[in-house]
Amino acid sequence: MRVVRLDAEDDFDGWRIAARSLASEGVAPADVVWQIGDRMVDLFAAEAASNKGGLAASASPLRVSRQFIELARDAALHSEPERFSLLYVLLLRLLDQPEALQDRADPLIRRIEGFARNVRRDSHKMHAFVRFRELKDDVGPRFVAWFEPEHHILRANAGFFVDRFTNMRWSILTPRGTLHWDGAVLAEGPPATRADAPGGDPVEDVWKAYYSAIFNPARVMPQAMLKEMPRKYWKNMPETALVPQLIAGARKRELAMIEQARTAPPVGAGQGKGRSGPEALVLLAEEATGCQRCPLWKPATQTVFGEGPHDAEIMIVGEQPGDQEDLAGRAFVGPAGAVFDRALTQAGIDRKRAYVTNAVKHFKFEQRGKRRIHARPNTGEIEACRWWVDQERAIVRPRLVIAMGATAARSLTGRSVTIGKERGRAVSLPDGTPCWITVHPSYLLRLPAEADSDAEFARYVADLRSAAQSLAPMA
Amino acid sequence: MPALEVAEKLTILADAAKYDASCSSSGVKKRDSRDGKGIGSTLGGGGICHAYAPDGRCISLLKVLLTNSCIFDCHYCINRKSSNVRRARFTAKEVVDLTLDFYRRNYIEGLFLSSGIIRTPDYTMEQIVEVARSLREDHDFRGYIHLKTIPDADPELVAAAGRHADRVSINVELPTASGLQRLAPEKSQSRIEGAMGTMRSAIEDGADARKRFRSAPSFAPAGQSTQMIVGADAATDRDIVSRAASLYEKFDLKRVYYSAFSPIPDASTVLPLRRPPLMREHRLYQSDWLIRFYQYSPQEVSAAADAATGMLPLDIDPKLAWALQFRDRFPIDVNRAPREMLLRIPGLGIKAVDAIVAARRWRTLRMEDVARMTVSVKKLRPFIVTADWRPTALLDRADLRPLVTPRATQLELFAA
Repeated sequence: MRVVRLDAEDDFDGWRIAARSLASEGVAPADVVWQIGDRMVDLFAAEAASNKGGLAASASPLRVSRQFIELARDAALHSEPERFSLLYVLLLRLLDQPEALQDRADPLIRRIEGFARNVRRDSHKMHAFVRFRELKDDVGPRFVAWFEPEHHILRANAGFFVDRFTNMRWSILTPRGTLHWDGAVLAEGPPATRADAPGGDPVEDVWKAYYSAIFNPARVMPQAMLKEMPRKYWKNMPETALVPQLIAGARKRELAMIEQARTAPPVGAGQGKGRSGPEALVLLAEEATGCQRCPLWKPATQTVFGEGPHDAEIMIVGEQPGDQEDLAGRAFVGPAGAVFDRALTQAGIDRKRAYVTNAVKHFKFEQRGKRRIHARPNTGEIEACRWWVDQERAIVRPRLVIAMGATAARSLTGRSVTIGKERGRAVSLPDGTPCWITVHPSYLLRLPAEADSDAEFARYVADLRSAAQSLAPMA
Repeated sequence: MPALEVAEKLTILADAAKYDASCSSSGVKKRDSRDGKGIGSTLGGGGICHAYAPDGRCISLLKVLLTNSCIFDCHYCINRKSSNVRRARFTAKEVVDLTLDFYRRNYIEGLFLSSGIIRTPDYTMEQIVEVARSLREDHDFRGYIHLKTIPDADPELVAAAGRHADRVSINVELPTASGLQRLAPEKSQSRIEGAMGTMRSAIEDGADARKRFRSAPSFAPAGQSTQMIVGADAATDRDIVSRAASLYEKFDLKRVYYSAFSPIPDASTVLPLRRPPLMREHRLYQSDWLIRFYQYSPQEVSAAADAATGMLPLDIDPKLAWALQFRDRFPIDVNRAPREMLLRIPGLGIKAVDAIVAARRWRTLRMEDVARMTVSVKKLRPFIVTADWRPTALLDRADLRPLVTPRATQLELFAA
């Protein structure tokens, strides 16, 4: 049994020298005990001192790849007690088969790569999460940090902090040891405790103010945060104390933001208060002329956008433009439009005061000879066009929406609706606006011959009238 | 305006800057302060995130506006002229001191400075440049500086910004020209793109000069980036992917950032009140990665989008969506397929692919070998062939999608 005494937990060079001579003597991994400092690991430790000198002297030129040395240099800093013996096992294997390191599926290589990866991550997090606090002494300001690394990485990362804070006096205190830089010389010290570090710094409050302000409450993603900033680091980072209250208050802050938007003074009223509603609708309609959100724009003549006052109380949504609407560029001007107009009059609704639009803004058709036959839009097309309907609703903010036909009902409610079951009453849209459902006027044009078309028309008018009357008590 | 305390101003001016998604400190050459008079260093390659906010975003830089007053009236912007938001303004010295105070405590990698437009574009640009100049020249600061440049500012000032900054950026703001016209009436796509084109030439000239003369001043060594807002105009994911691809190509951008439009205080009524799902932004970033690192063409990413709506699926990532769309390319034999095909396997990252390529020269891979090199093999099974595994009928199943769709889970943050 051979005992190797290393100077410190991160004594990679000691391991390298010892491993080289052990390997050249052909000592099997099972016959080596690695020991750190004076810590006794087993009964054979007494041999340690005599062994070390002997081993170093008999170093012989064994060759391993630079890739292995780099891997081992990182892996040796891991807190796993077995790391030095595992590295020795790997070294012996590589001396025998130099290419074996490329076998990334091998369990031992995988494990050692895992050590190296953990160590690199711990170093990276040290660069990121060390927090200095300022102290003043006779010479001037001095910056002191308390940090708790998971692995033996302190000394290996001294260079990073010297490079960065060359012209600053600083100390990093950890439970495994300390580093002190006076602007010229780096010194090492014994392990420290948290009590040795300063308890605060006035700039921390400014930093916390920044941390709260830069957080966007409209997007809370704690799991993404935790993945990169695990809780084990939190206790030494002043800003993390704010996290619970930021998350708890986020929804409230976001709702307040939206509420503020909703209650902002009517546009156009104040001086220079944003763009006015009518102008917003015009611009939206202009933008829609170039819409290519779904393929329906290709065969159609033009986008047929909604029309009506920007502050209409009632918004009426149909299916899609028909043949005549497509040519005219205006909604409900064809045969179905005539039925629609007649029904509105009888229901006591003034079309000029309502905002009238379609769920789908382009005409979908099948060409049969010279005729263009209406084709029903599919859910993808409805979904693509819903963006525009949502924008129209956001600008007009109607108190009531009437959906005519299954397509409009689908667009507004987001689900399939059986008109027969749900017509004549209001369902609530996600934002609380009541949505009344009825048939599409073109349905009345396509009734089978035996149907009672007068009764169907009367039912349609009754649906429209009940919807309009539901507004009355509030008006 | 009464004088505000620095912390109070910071609250206003950081709050106003948070809609800018970029916070990267990457892409610079390594430098340090060993031969300098001040502080600061940069790593070669990747940057450092010094903290993460509960929105999951990295905090790498002190990201602030010089002022949130603005003469423009862009509807999506909280700082627009007509907004009721509280206004504040930093002096150049205040930003310089704040940057150094934060940097000395290791809170940040550097500064990301932007500003509302006050008085004129030139005046504003001068103020921004002055902060960077003071940090570099008066304090020999060697940390990272990212400056937002203003498309209409004097080219001399923009050049000065490039000399002090590591990265410069100009936001294209919206994916479509019509959206920009509607929501940012004072901005124009052609002026923005003109400025990005000029910037590209300046960066290339600078890099060229550095190659020939070591003493030539560096010019924005970390290149330029841009940002577009998602969900405020009518652009579909397919539109956005192809727009981003053309921007990368035309202006040699380092990054295109996406920012899901969020409802902002005192929002203008022209804007949607509802925010687009955050997942949409995430899927766009994933598609960006597929193009930049996984050798997908923009057309291929677009093919993963829904044919009718042009939108990428929200419940599965675009790589999986592409694989489900083109099942005939699978299964892929991990022992034989070229690297570019391995990169197409859903659930295999670049590191895992490289590990497989290295390992298969050494042994014939079995499922257990693949398992050691990846996070989880469950997702891979339907798409790969190993020495001991072949997914018989799996790929032909109509219900493959639900089988491979991850179940939505929410991590409980404050459980004991």
